[in-house]
Amino acid sequence: MSMAPAQKISTPARRRIDLQVVGPIVALIALVLIGMALNSNFLSYANITNVLARSSFIGIIAVGMTFVITAGGLDLSVGSMAAFVAGLMILVMNLLTDRLGVTLPVIFAGVALALISGLVAGLINGLLITRVGIEAFIVTLGTMGIYRSLITWLADGGTLSLGFEMRELYRPVYYGGIAGISWPILAFVAVAIIGEIVMRHTAFGRHCAAIGSNERVARYSSIAVLRVRLATYVLLGVLVGFAVVMYVPRLGSASASTGLLWELEAIAAVIIGGTLLKGGFGRIWGTVVGVLILSLIGNILNLTDFVSPYLNGAIQGAVIILAVVLQRKGAADR
Amino acid sequence: MSDPILSLKGISKSFGPIEVLHDVDFELRPGEIHALIGENGAGKSTTMKILGGYIDATAGEVLWHGQPTHFPSSDEAEARGIVMIHQEFNLAEHLGVDQNVFLGREITRGWRLDHKAMRTRTAELLDRLECRVDPAVRVSGLSVPAKQMVEIAKALSRDLRVLIMDEPTAVLTERECEILFRQIERLRAKGVAILYTSHKLSEVTRLCDRVTVLRDGAMVRSAPVSDITEEEMAAAMVGRELSDLYPAKAVPRDEVLLEVENLSVPGVVESASLTLRRGEVLGLGGLVGSGRTEFAEALAGLRPREGRVRLMGEDLPASEVRTALQRGLVYLTEDRKGAGLLLDKGLRENLTLPLLERFGGPLIDRRAEEAALDRAIEEFAIRAPDRRMRVGNLSGGNQQKLLLAKTLLSDPQVILIDEPTRGIDIGTKQQIYALIAGLAAEGCAILVISSEMPELIGLASRVLVMHAGRITGALEGDDVTEGAIVRLAMGLDDNREGAAA
Repeated sequence: MSMAPAQKISTPARRRIDLQVVGPIVALIALVLIGMALNSNFLSYANITNVLARSSFIGIIAVGMTFVITAGGLDLSVGSMAAFVAGLMILVMNLLTDRLGVTLPVIFAGVALALISGLVAGLINGLLITRVGIEAFIVTLGTMGIYRSLITWLADGGTLSLGFEMRELYRPVYYGGIAGISWPILAFVAVAIIGEIVMRHTAFGRHCAAIGSNERVARYSSIAVLRVRLATYVLLGVLVGFAVVMYVPRLGSASASTGLLWELEAIAAVIIGGTLLKGGFGRIWGTVVGVLILSLIGNILNLTDFVSPYLNGAIQGAVIILAVVLQRKGAADR
Repeated sequence: MSDPILSLKGISKSFGPIEVLHDVDFELRPGEIHALIGENGAGKSTTMKILGGYIDATAGEVLWHGQPTHFPSSDEAEARGIVMIHQEFNLAEHLGVDQNVFLGREITRGWRLDHKAMRTRTAELLDRLECRVDPAVRVSGLSVPAKQMVEIAKALSRDLRVLIMDEPTAVLTERECEILFRQIERLRAKGVAILYTSHKLSEVTRLCDRVTVLRDGAMVRSAPVSDITEEEMAAAMVGRELSDLYPAKAVPRDEVLLEVENLSVPGVVESASLTLRRGEVLGLGGLVGSGRTEFAEALAGLRPREGRVRLMGEDLPASEVRTALQRGLVYLTEDRKGAGLLLDKGLRENLTLPLLERFGGPLIDRRAEEAALDRAIEEFAIRAPDRRMRVGNLSGGNQQKLLLAKTLLSDPQVILIDEPTRGIDIGTKQQIYALIAGLAAEGCAILVISSEMPELIGLASRVLVMHAGRITGALEGDDVTEGAIVRLAMGLDDNREGAAA
């Protein structure tokens, strides 16, 4: 091919509409329209705040999950990890309340503990995967079982609850906010924006995509593959801890059913958002859209008696499968 | 001359606005080896894919025994005995050799698989190919040439009428090529029609009956091989006279940049030593599997090693790719698609991958990246229809140029280049040779690993040869001949200079 015609086609931008980019957004807009049509309360401040605040936990975790999956990994343990970290945090805060009373330092200590134990849990997953060389699926399947069983044991099969006065002090972290926007929503937005920047505009994000795309090429390009991969799990662990910090003041308790199936919801959100499950390409804003789609489905079913809310899982499942079908199509067209 | 069994008449093919084939006529006759040659991007692959039923033409006819026909899929074509051997292997890595050979056409006894029969048949086929591979082993454990042989055995196991071979010798050593040629000739004698592509024109002269040259998607010449010289073929491909393929050799200076003492990679390389001077192009020959790639990878920190490596007078720690790069030593892999480039990413992402820290931090400066890509496209004459396209859609030659640009981005002093021109057309080869000579003249030290002897002889001022993990000899000046390299590569001249180099 000669140079002349080659240059000619390089100037116009892609005319084709990219289904992978537009798909999730169109689905989200459609859901909002359906919600508006079915229930006038759908767009009310209370409902929107409620939906967004509740989805912020999974959202914060899903941002971390996007990095893990983009780098070709997977983490099934995050739901159990969240429950375990929440239980640990409550136990320690209750112990500290006995000594220090109902004071802010107890909350700071609890927050620090949640973040650190999330980090350590992520580090354990990451080290087993990168240094010992066990597959991510197996490692995190194992730790998922371990953390779930540990929280059940800590709570002795029941529920761990934060002391009543402490709960009152900590409560505003979930229910309060600024300018009418509650803290968990602000936290989710902040994590998402930083995540998007890190993914798209830093060497770390680029390296994650490179490793997920072809690990050998990454290694030959002098990228510290194991270290980057380890970092994705640690980052996810810290974000799980952060999500717990937002979650505990909501109910003030943790039990064996805390965070149940969060891992699958987070992975589903990542995939719906257009990140490739096999790695190599990820986008945070897509994950955010995925999280919103999943929680809006649940919310709409709850607000209307059109379809039983018990069918929530079925509809979410169908959406996940549909998203992957669209991804395939997009990949084939390219 | 027999009638054509499979032919193309007035074939054109467009991908979107780009026409890659224009009015091509091509005939395959039973008992004839027809070479299809051309530069990368000339339309060879597209022609082969149309013949093999993988894609449809935009205009024109495909004729089977003179009758217009249409293959809805490659399976339909295969059912008629048209088999295409791809450059990228179509093998199930985790299955055994015999399971691969009979994949989809398993021999059965009643409802059960007849493992014994398949294994025996596979052993016979491999025997005919003079390939000593156990039919029971997994394909993933085989070397690249051995995998190639398995592909060929797979083709042989069918009722073969037309065989389409996409650069089968690109990954083979000369000895393996000879075995392959004997097989191809045997198939010709049996009346199989064969399409053969290669960038090595000597092979075309040696093996083929007829040659068709493509340039920019159009047929520029078709003639019996006896009527056309290799120079004429090359000129027809490039569209101009090729002056000397190899540039003048740079003169090595005194300063030693790289000193390797008794480097060993357990099981692969045994106490190899060398010195590399500023301005020197040192050749490293040997058969595939002789340890040359592993030697270079160990130098670059990609493999664990023992022994001492001094780079510009300072010790270079083992297994630290990053350190090697920062200190000015880089390795260009022979496995362009598997280890060199991210095929599903764009040019920019690939170019800057090893050196992102140079493009701003913590945030990447995309404009600086684009500027770097501009420079690379110009400096390395990379031809990309769209700079945002996926690198996997570039032609092999342009991929190689991009890989060179990527590897050289850090302005290294010592450059290890493994198979600089594998699967690349002659025009691009010339550019890459000129680039290598230019780098040496600027004061870089370059180690060129190659299976192509003319390349070693044409580029290097000194050639080391490896055999079974050892450096078996060093050749210099007029001693650098194909014969001498082959003898050392086969381990025949072991006593000549010992392991010293």
